[in-house]
Amino acid sequence: MDIWSLPRSRLGELIALLRARGYDVVGPTPRDGAIVYDSIESDAELPVGLGDEQSPGQYRVVPRDDGAVFGFAAGPGSFKRAFHVPEERLYRVQREGKTLRFVPEPVAPRKVALLGARGCDLSALRVLDRVLEGDRYRDERYAARRSEVLLIAVHCGSPSSTCFCSSMGTGPRAGGPWDLALTELTSGEHRFVVETGSPIGLALVRELGLLTASTLDKIHAAKVPVVAAQRITRRLEADGLGARLAKNLDHPRFAQVAERCLACANCTQVCPTCFCTTIEDFTDLDGAGAERRRRWDSCFNPEFSYIHGGPVRPSTRARYRQWMTHKLSSWHEQFGSSGCVGCGRCITWCPVGIDITEEARAIASAGTSEKAT
Amino acid sequence: MTDALLLESMEITRVRHETRDTFTFDLDARPRGGFRFAPGQFNMLYAFGLGEVPISISGDPLKPAVLTHTIRAVGPTTRGLEALKKGDGVGVRGPFGTPWPVDEAQGKDVIVVAGGIGLAPLRPAIYSMLSRRQAFGKLCIAYGARTPADILYEKEIERWRGRIDVDLEVTVDRGDPDWRGHTGVVTKLLRRFELTPESTVALLCGPEVMMRFASRELEGLGVPSARIYVSMERNMKCGVGSCGHCQLGPSFVCKDGPVYPLTKAEPLMGIREL
Ligand SMILES: Cc1cc2nc3c(=O)[nH]c(=O)nc-3n(C[C@H](O)[C@H](O)[C@H](O)COP(=O)(O)OP(=O)(O)OC[C@H]3O[C@@H](n4cnc5c(N)ncnc54)[C@H](O)[C@@H]3O)c2cc1C
Ligand code: SF4
Ligand code: FES
Repeated sequence: MDIWSLPRSRLGELIALLRARGYDVVGPTPRDGAIVYDSIESDAELPVGLGDEQSPGQYRVVPRDDGAVFGFAAGPGSFKRAFHVPEERLYRVQREGKTLRFVPEPVAPRKVALLGARGCDLSALRVLDRVLEGDRYRDERYAARRSEVLLIAVHCGSPSSTCFCSSMGTGPRAGGPWDLALTELTSGEHRFVVETGSPIGLALVRELGLLTASTLDKIHAAKVPVVAAQRITRRLEADGLGARLAKNLDHPRFAQVAERCLACANCTQVCPTCFCTTIEDFTDLDGAGAERRRRWDSCFNPEFSYIHGGPVRPSTRARYRQWMTHKLSSWHEQFGSSGCVGCGRCITWCPVGIDITEEARAIASAGTSEKAT
Repeated sequence: MTDALLLESMEITRVRHETRDTFTFDLDARPRGGFRFAPGQFNMLYAFGLGEVPISISGDPLKPAVLTHTIRAVGPTTRGLEALKKGDGVGVRGPFGTPWPVDEAQGKDVIVVAGGIGLAPLRPAIYSMLSRRQAFGKLCIAYGARTPADILYEKEIERWRGRIDVDLEVTVDRGDPDWRGHTGVVTKLLRRFELTPESTVALLCGPEVMMRFASRELEGLGVPSARIYVSMERNMKCGVGSCGHCQLGPSFVCKDGPVYPLTKAEPLMGIREL
């Protein structure tokens, strides 16, 4: 497979070409003090020369002196919202005489190109695919939005302090399938080393008339994710973790973390794999019509588990436990993988800085020492 | 491409008031070519503008032309359903979930243990067994209601009680001056039946505490826990494993349940606030 070189000055052409081919390009862009993913029209909207500083409970966009375009780590938004949308109408309900007519809201067909998807982002999408498409039931709305997606990955060179993708096996090198994968090189002439992973990816490279990358550049590029991995210090011992957590559901640590946890649901909002939703009902003012809308929900909301008489999980302890053990333990049984990709978002965006890797380590190690205290 | 969240409108053909807060309605399934389901399965029912709730199918699986549900009005949606009349449309989607192991019970004694509205999801299993009564050993039914006025399907219960091939006992938490039957928890009835415990299949539905105690009692009598089945209840928004609400440990009650063998459910029921 050939490897190509894309000068930084021509990145805009790639975006223009994708748009000319009918793709809505969704990529990183700075907004309200954070780097998020949204539709972009040109490379000027990318976070040029911006990086971030992240730690438990802290996030800050900072300037970089190398002009890097992809020089930041996971932000508060994930690609999830492009396919599993935060809020949407499912159908309208019309009263016709005494019968009801349900009119589904169509999903507008859309070709999407994800620009700058990291290894963790791509893994998260594959997790969501298994949940919403790969199961007995297919979420038709998700499937429709997901049907024409072009993936332009970035091998990550800028992990933050909250990242732990290397121990989850999801990064910093972006595992395929992708259509194109870029590695950003900023020393010397600012450029991207481009790998192709599909016929569409190759066609894009051909259309741009890219030259093959030099041997030296290939070597430099291969090192980028390797060096990034060395900078990642946070770890989650993923092997056998699910089973160990499942044996420790009554661990006192759950009560301790619940004393800090605000049950604010931030962690579930920023998580790229949290998929829970609720459906809400609205009636038109004249009473003749109604609609049913679906929106993201969170297992931290008390009414999430409500059944007549009260919630099944009234305590924050039980709700934190549900969230963490779903992600790291029961997900394996439900969908054949971990629900965590190691992006670190829940750690950064937790207002009190609760660190899932620390909590999981404390709880899962209980079985290996003499006894849980 | 069928969207499992999409409802269809079905017409109410008959409403029966069972007790002061519980009613049964039949829906006309003929226009859609009948509604096939297995005993123990449930539907999502939608009341216009109010919401959608999981409700077990309580009718006869051998009569697919009518779709029957028995509902206790406890909140906005179930009260909205209660307000509907013959001829009104109800939104329906389903059937969802796992069934009672009626086939597995063939050739064995069967004990049905119901508490309150829990009799509704068990009724299709009772119909199914009565329709080929000789395929089963003893058929015992233990039913507990809060008060005599809360007893569901009264006429039918009288009919079942009158059959020589059915043993049926009813108990109430609180009697009234006219009540001549048992009082106390349903668990206490279980010893009265003459079963061959080793080859008995037990079907339990009711409040979680009731199912916990009843299954313990049955195990004590010698019924193997692998042949005891319980029907679980959790909040449900989708019914198909995609909204996340109904999780019970690693399982989704909407698709891995609601009917579970006790061997699966017991470890989960034992954990507080799971
Ligand atoms: C598998 C299954 C089968 C059921 N079968 C029957 C039946 O045959 N007959 C019957 O009367 N009831 C049945 N229920 C219970 C019934 O779904 C609730 O009584 C109903 O959801 C209450 O809704 P509400 O809006 O009227 O009241 P509220 O209590 O105000 O409920 C508000 C919301 O909470 C949720 N909720 C509340 N209670 C329950 C509950 N017990 N289970 C699940 N979600 C709940 C619903 O989303 C509901 O819309 C069943 C529940 C499950 C899970
Ligand atoms: S863990 Fe942190 S982010 Fe999640 S609900 Fe608790 S306080 Fe909020
Ligand atoms: S009801 Fe939605 S996942 Fe079970």
